[in-house]
Amino acid sequence: MNLEQSNPAYKHSLDCVHCGLCLPACPTYQTLAQEKDSPRGRILLMRAEAEGEIALSEPSLGDALDNCLDCRACESACPSGVQYGKILEAYREKLARLPSRNRRARFLGSLLDNLIASKSLHRLSMSSLRMAQALGLQKLATVLPFPRWMKEGLALLPRIPKGSERCPIAPGIYEPTGPKRAEIALFTGCMMETLFGRVNRAALRVLQAAGCRVHVPPNQGCCGALHLHAGLQDRARPLVERNLRAFPKDLDAIIVTSAGCGSAMKEYPSWMGQASEFSTKVQDFTEFLANLGLGFTPRSVPMQATWDDPCHLCHGQGIRKEPRRLLAQIPQLKLIPLEHPEDCCGSAGIYNLQKPALAHSILDRKVKDIQKTGVRILITANPGCHLWMESGLAKLDEDYQVLHIAEVLAKAL
Amino acid sequence: MSLNFEQKVIKILGQDRAFWDPATKLCYSLDGYPVQKHTPRAVAMPETNKEVQALVRLCLEEGVPILPRGAGTCLSGGATPPKTPCLLIEMARMQKILSWSPEDRTAIVQSGMVNLDLSVIVGKKGLYYAPDPSSQKASTIGGNLAENAGGPHCFKYGMTADHILGVRFVDGRGEMVVADLEDGPDLVGLFTGSEGTFGVATEVKVRLSKSPEMVRTFLASFSSMEAACGTVSRIVREGIVPAALEILDHLTIEAVEASVFAAGYPKDAEAVLLIELDGPRDEVEADSPKVVKILKEEHPLAVESTTDAEQRQSLWKGRKGAFGAMGRLKPNIFVLDGVVPTSKLASVLSKVAEIGKKYNIVLSNVFHAGDGNLHPNLSFDGRDPSETRRAMEAGLEILELCVMSGGSISGEHGIGYEKREAMRYMFDEADLSAFRELRRCFDPRGVCNPGKFFPTGGGCKEGRSAKSSEGLDV
Repeated sequence: MNLEQSNPAYKHSLDCVHCGLCLPACPTYQTLAQEKDSPRGRILLMRAEAEGEIALSEPSLGDALDNCLDCRACESACPSGVQYGKILEAYREKLARLPSRNRRARFLGSLLDNLIASKSLHRLSMSSLRMAQALGLQKLATVLPFPRWMKEGLALLPRIPKGSERCPIAPGIYEPTGPKRAEIALFTGCMMETLFGRVNRAALRVLQAAGCRVHVPPNQGCCGALHLHAGLQDRARPLVERNLRAFPKDLDAIIVTSAGCGSAMKEYPSWMGQASEFSTKVQDFTEFLANLGLGFTPRSVPMQATWDDPCHLCHGQGIRKEPRRLLAQIPQLKLIPLEHPEDCCGSAGIYNLQKPALAHSILDRKVKDIQKTGVRILITANPGCHLWMESGLAKLDEDYQVLHIAEVLAKAL
Repeated sequence: MSLNFEQKVIKILGQDRAFWDPATKLCYSLDGYPVQKHTPRAVAMPETNKEVQALVRLCLEEGVPILPRGAGTCLSGGATPPKTPCLLIEMARMQKILSWSPEDRTAIVQSGMVNLDLSVIVGKKGLYYAPDPSSQKASTIGGNLAENAGGPHCFKYGMTADHILGVRFVDGRGEMVVADLEDGPDLVGLFTGSEGTFGVATEVKVRLSKSPEMVRTFLASFSSMEAACGTVSRIVREGIVPAALEILDHLTIEAVEASVFAAGYPKDAEAVLLIELDGPRDEVEADSPKVVKILKEEHPLAVESTTDAEQRQSLWKGRKGAFGAMGRLKPNIFVLDGVVPTSKLASVLSKVAEIGKKYNIVLSNVFHAGDGNLHPNLSFDGRDPSETRRAMEAGLEILELCVMSGGSISGEHGIGYEKREAMRYMFDEADLSAFRELRRCFDPRGVCNPGKFFPTGGGCKEGRSAKSSEGLDV
C-alpha cells in the first residue's frame, strides 16, 4: 500500500493491536491515568493522523505527543514488538515542521545547537552556571524581579559539579596498563565531557586496566540524541557526520558512557541510511566490559548501593544483566535491589525542563523507591538521570551520593 | 445562563478531570476489540462515589448514555462507546485499596484498581487475588467484574464471579446500590458479568486466596494438536485438577517466540501444553507422577517441569503475551471466546481450522484447554472491508459450531458488541426478553452501556422500542 511505503512510521504503527499491556509500563499513563497519555493511545493517534482521521495541527494531538518521555519502557512490555520510538520520533519531526510550531522548534534547535552541541559555548555556559550557583545567584534569582518563567527555569537547573570534576580528557591515544586485549575509542559526548569529565576519566582508567588501547579522538562531539528526540533530524545530521569523520575506522569498539547517546548512536542507520559500520561498533561501557571481562582483579569496595537502569540502557539497548554482572564482581560491594529499577526517573533528555510538573511527579516516585532500599549510594549510567535523581535526592534530609558505574569500577582498581 | 452538558460535567469534577478534545475522544473510541469504533461525547475521571453518582444523574437528566471504563482491555467491545455519543466514565483514578483483612481474606477495593496491583499488595501476607486474565497487569477489578473475566487458573479456582463478595454501584436510576453476598438476594451474582448495563461499579469486595504452598509447572510439546488435546482430556478424566491447562498452537508459538515474551517453546512443535499443579506440597507431589505418566503415554516431543518461581514465570510468559504477539501477523486481531466440552476439543479445533480456510482468514489458537475455552485468533487487516467481513462471518460460524457441539459462545470475554448477534444461538426470544426485563429494573431508561449484549436483528421489537423511546441509537 502506498501510505505504508511513503510513511514508515505508519507501517510500524500497524504492529499495535491495542492489547493494553503497555499501560502499566508507561510513566505518564501511571501518573495521569489517561488513554491519550499511554503508548497505545499515542500510537492510535499517530495512525489516525496518517489515515486522515485527525489533523497534525490539532493541538490536542501535539500535546499528547509532547507529553511522552520517549523512555521506551513500552517497547520492553510490548508482545507485538512495536518500535514505538521510531514512530514517535518520526512524528516529532513532522510536528516540528508545522508552521504553528516552527518558532518553538527553531528556538529549541538553536538552544540545543549553542548550549549542547557547540563545545566551547557549552563549556562556557556550564562554567558560568557553576559560578552563579557557587555564588548563590540561583537562590538570589528567586527574590529578584525576574519573569516567572526565568525563575522557574533557573530553579530546575541541576547542581553543576565543580571545575575539577568537570575537567575533560585530553584527546590522544592511551596505552593499556597491561597486555593489550582490544583497540577501542572512547566517545566523550557533550554533557558527559563538560559536566562529567570525572566519569569519562574513570572509564578511561578502567578500560586501560582492562587491557584496552583507548583512542580519544579530538574532533568528536555531541551525538545528536537530544535533537532527534525533539524531532530536529536535520540539525542532528551534521553532528552525526562530524562523529563519523572523527573516529578512526579500524577499531574493535566505540565505547559510550552515556546510555542515551549509545542508544541513539546504535540507531543512526535507521534514519541516516549510512553509518551502519560506525553503529555496529558502538557499545555501552558496561556491555563492552562485561563481555570482554575485567582483565584485572577488582579490589574490595566496601559499600552498599543500589542500581537504577537508565531507560535508554534497558529499554533502548536491552542491556540489563551486564551492569549487575560487573558490580557483582567487586568484593564487599553489596547491591540492594531497587523496586521498579526500569521505570523512568522523569529526566528524559530535556523533558524535565519542558514538562517540569510531570517530570517532578515521576521523579518523586523514583526517589521513594530509592529511599525504600535504605542505602545512600545510587549507581546509574546516564548523565541526565544522574543529575535529575541527584537533584531529587538533594531535597531529602539524609545525604545521598549518585555515582556512575565507571566511577565505582575505578574505585576497585 | 443555562450550562451545556460539558459545562455541567466540569461543575461536578472541575476543569482538569473532564475532557472532550479530539485526541482524548479518539483514544477512547475503542477497547481491545478492533471492529467497532465510536467516539464518546466527553470523558470524565471521577475520584469519589459521589462524583460517579452525580455524573450518572446528570446523564439521566440530559439523556446521555453512560459507559464505565477500566483499562479498556476488553476483547468483545464491552468498553467501546455506544453509537450515540456517551459520557465515558474513566475509573482509572479510583484505584485504591480501601481496606483488607488477612484474617478474613477479603479486600474492599475501588473498581479502577488494577488486578495485579491487588495481588502485589496482599502478597505481603501470602495472599493473592485468584482470577488472572492475561490482561491482569493492566485490566481493572471493575472491568473484570463487568465481564466476569476468567484466566488460565479458572479451571481450578473459578471465574471472577466466584471471588466477588459485594459490589457498590450506581445504577441506571442514579441510585447507590450496595449488594452484599451476606445480605439479601444474590444481587452480586446478578451484577457480575452485566457488562455495565446495570450501572457503574465503584467499590468491589473480593475474596483473597492463600498462595499455594507448592506450584509445579510442566511444559510439554507435541507433534500434533490431537495428542495435546488428548492429554488434556485424559488428565480431566482421571480426576486430576490442575490449576491450569493451556494449549498454544504452532502459529502462536512462532509469534510468541519472535517477541519479547519468547519463552523457549520448541518452534517445530504443532502444540505446546502448559500444565500447572498447585496446592499443599503432598497433593502436588502425589499428582505429579500421575501427570508424568499420562504425558509419557501420549508421546510428547519433549517435557520439562519446574517448581522454581522464576523459571515458572518464564514458561508462562509466552502464554500471557500471546494475544499481543499476534500483532506481528496482521494489523488487527479479533479473538473468539467459545467454549466446548473438553472431550470434543480436538474435533472442534479441526473444524475451526476448516472455517478459517473457507473464509481465507489467518487463524491461530491459544486456549484454556482445561475448561474447553477456545480462543481462536482471527488476524485481519481492518482497512480491508472484505477481509474484515470475512473475519466477522468466520467468527460467527465458529461460535455457532461451539454451541452445536454442546458448548457456549463465551467463556470469559463477555458479549459486548462482538457476540450480541450470536446470543440467538443460545437464547430464544423468551429468554432475551426476560433478560431485558431484568435489566430494566436497574436501568429503566436504557442509558447504561446501550447497544451491547442484546442482539439487534429482527424479532426483538420490544427491546428496540424501549431503547428508541429514549432516543438512543444502538
